[in-house]
Amino acid sequence: MCLTSYEQIMIEHWQSQIKAAAAKGAKLAIRGSGSKAFCGPVANGEIIDTREHVGIVEYEPNELVIVVRCGTRIADVEKAMADAGQMLAFEPPHFGEHATIGGMVASGLSGPRRPYAGALRDFVLGCKVLDGKGDHLSFGGKVMKNVAGFDVSRLLTGSQGTLGVITEVAFKCLPVPKAQQTRVFEFDAQTAIERMNRWYGEANPITATTWVGGKLYVRLAGAAPAVQSAAANLGGEALAIDADWWRNWREQKHEFFAGDQPLIRLACKSTAAWSDLASNAEQQAIDWGGAQRWLRASAAQLPAVRAWAKTQGGHAGIFRGANSEAERSEPLQTALAAVQAKIKASFDPYQVFSSL
Amino acid sequence: MKSASFFEALAALLPAENLKIAEEDMRPYECDGLSMYRALPKCVALPANEAELAAVMQLCHAHRVPVVARGAGTGLSGGATPSPDALLLSTAKMMRILDIDALGCTARVQPGVRNLAISEAVSQYGLYYAPDPSSQIACSIGGNVAENSGGVHCLKYGLTIHNIRKLRVVLMTGEIVELGTDALDAPGYDLLALMIGSEGLLGIVTEVTVKLTPKPQLAQVAMASFASVEAAGAAVGYIIAAGIIPAGLEMMDKIATEAVEGFVHAGYDLDAAAILLCESDGTPEEVADEMARVSEVLRNAGATDIKVSQNEAERLRYWSGRKNAFPATGRISPDYYCMDGTIPRAQLPRVLNVIAVLSAKYNLRCANVFHAGDGNLHPLIMFDANVPGELERAEEFGAEILELCVEVGGTITGEHGVGIEKINQMCVQFSPKELTRMHEIKHAFDEHGLLNPGKAVPTLHRCAEFGKMRIGQGKPMPFSDLPRF
Ligand SMILES: Cc1cc2nc3c(=O)[nH]c(=O)nc-3n(C[C@H](O)[C@H](O)[C@H](O)COP(=O)(O)OP(=O)(O)OC[C@H]3O[C@@H](n4cnc5c(N)ncnc54)[C@H](O)[C@@H]3O)c2cc1C
Repeated sequence: MCLTSYEQIMIEHWQSQIKAAAAKGAKLAIRGSGSKAFCGPVANGEIIDTREHVGIVEYEPNELVIVVRCGTRIADVEKAMADAGQMLAFEPPHFGEHATIGGMVASGLSGPRRPYAGALRDFVLGCKVLDGKGDHLSFGGKVMKNVAGFDVSRLLTGSQGTLGVITEVAFKCLPVPKAQQTRVFEFDAQTAIERMNRWYGEANPITATTWVGGKLYVRLAGAAPAVQSAAANLGGEALAIDADWWRNWREQKHEFFAGDQPLIRLACKSTAAWSDLASNAEQQAIDWGGAQRWLRASAAQLPAVRAWAKTQGGHAGIFRGANSEAERSEPLQTALAAVQAKIKASFDPYQVFSSL
Repeated sequence: MKSASFFEALAALLPAENLKIAEEDMRPYECDGLSMYRALPKCVALPANEAELAAVMQLCHAHRVPVVARGAGTGLSGGATPSPDALLLSTAKMMRILDIDALGCTARVQPGVRNLAISEAVSQYGLYYAPDPSSQIACSIGGNVAENSGGVHCLKYGLTIHNIRKLRVVLMTGEIVELGTDALDAPGYDLLALMIGSEGLLGIVTEVTVKLTPKPQLAQVAMASFASVEAAGAAVGYIIAAGIIPAGLEMMDKIATEAVEGFVHAGYDLDAAAILLCESDGTPEEVADEMARVSEVLRNAGATDIKVSQNEAERLRYWSGRKNAFPATGRISPDYYCMDGTIPRAQLPRVLNVIAVLSAKYNLRCANVFHAGDGNLHPLIMFDANVPGELERAEEFGAEILELCVEVGGTITGEHGVGIEKINQMCVQFSPKELTRMHEIKHAFDEHGLLNPGKAVPTLHRCAEFGKMRIGQGKPMPFSDLPRF
């Protein structure tokens, strides 16, 4: 591996930290800025601070590829890309000004553009990882298409720090659309679900849809003439300063997310009919073309919500305010849990990192 | 050794017509699209449904009989090549489209369903299945999942992995699992992503839920001629630099256009050293806007001629040449060997120059077709297997191309998979520790190593042998000093 000396020092430092922990049977907590600690497994032990490993290693806008070290702020990466007219198309939530790329990849969260552009993992081309033995491994690469060996870099995406320290990631970049506009409609929830699905199927240039507080927000983006004609076809009212609206929504700064009541995230098929799930309409929002729903509800309501999600081909968990891993994420089928445990054991045989 | 108890038990699980044991019945299965590797399997099982398939797997597991899955057998890396001690499991009797959700834009299908059959079945709803390998009339969706196949439209619409929601998979033990959900994600590790592209090494896919894409209102393709391959390669970079992600961006060199023109009469400019096909799709406004910008970029990049398709028939004709490039090459040469490396696009001129040099060195012609937009090369090496030594020369030529791809920061396979074909080059691309991790991942799914053994991920022993052989030839392993990321 061709490391610069700075990189070498950093990696070697972490390697010795990992090996020492493994020898002692101690735990390590992989930590960036801590912006997403609330929605991941509990991390105990001596801290590996990923913010010590920063920088854009390589950015070739013409290749549509950016390679970034784990501690780099998402904001800095997005700034560099915006300067070249490009973006991270999965529109990641930051949940904090200092949120890092490593934390973003480890938590695997995507934003409003998810159903239309793809998920974070869809844009990961390659990863380097320091595993629980202190080995620095590289999977995938920095080219658009690569099927050599198992797709381990996508396995690492969303693994929440349980498999190792993701040290470097290569992403596919996309150009920022030339024009953007958001249309707002007063619809009840069921009508909104129906429109989100139908309008997508009619090949409109839609890049986000959210229903909250009795209103459906539809973001159109693409070539200016296409956005204009779609806006005219769909109708509704234009939303002023719409970029701010979507940023607030993505960052969960919208008033829907205010207050201390737990926030349940429910994933289901996009066409699942509206169900009030024992809360009133103001306490539920519909996102991602219908495939992601947010509920303000108590932990006691979770079993009923999960039962419903299951009938709709999905799953649910408490996103903010969970008291346990079981509340956060649904259990896996036994055979899959066994596979997952073996994968965990191969990356982290001494259980240095957070548990599953 | 054909063990009697295994065959008796197997015969009890499947109707007679779904089990083939006689040599003449097994002949059709002796190779996939990489026909230089051939072998007869132990037997061929063609289960008609998931329950039958799971029972066969359970039996094989109990008897420790290896299993090689086979879809349509169009794979180009020997992934479905049989092995004499392994049962060949064909999905050819699992060809039903189970469910279409037109509003939710998904379809649930069995693994043997042909890629194009999905698009045909959902066409009435204004939808299609986006990944379109050139083999799409023949190849199965199960094979596509196993190879993470791409197509000429995957620059904009993604590869197989970007278009799959959920899989049902039978593990080697016969256990049935679901990966992914009907929503856009699933709890736990992303085992769905891991399964896609795993070349039949982790489990057998028995049901696939695909994402469907709305048919664009309009599509148009521009065909541009260039006086040099370098100029065409540079034009690709300029298009991307202009902030355009075309629906398709393909390139063919003169040897390739000459081969296809005699076969399909696509109307290609045979005076050009290379042509580019650049497609726009979307609303009529979008297409008009993008086509104008594309044409300007192409002109500034030195295109000697630009034609834009004026109707659907013309668009399909322009594409027909590209989509028939492989069979067309088969018509001008007794045999051809299709390579599949991916490189950072900026390296295109350098790599093409080296390929030309290698072509002279091995004294074998080589046509070049590329998924240019994403840097995926398909050099087609022409040879005659009946001429002693030509096959070996073709293979060596191919191996050098793959190692060159790794050297310039790319990969040995963009979409055709490793199979048995590129197994040695995996030793060049990955370190022993990385390969070991892949073996451990396989072990997590398939404890006894019974699924498609010997494919995709080489043993360290094999890499050591390969290394020795190369050093014997005076070629050191380009391992340690390479920036492989
Ligand atoms: C003329 C031609 C053009 C081609 N063009 C393209 C192209 O543009 N893009 C591209 O990506 N590929 C292309 N290919 C390669 C090939 O068509 C693809 O790899 C295709 O996905 C293979 O599908 P198949 O059903 O034929 O699979 P097979 O060849 O039967 O099998 C391929 C692999 O998948 C495994 N497998 C099959 N079914 C299952 C299952 N149900 N569960 C688990 N594993 C399974 C097999 O074990 C094997 O390893 C082309 C091939 C030809 C001959």
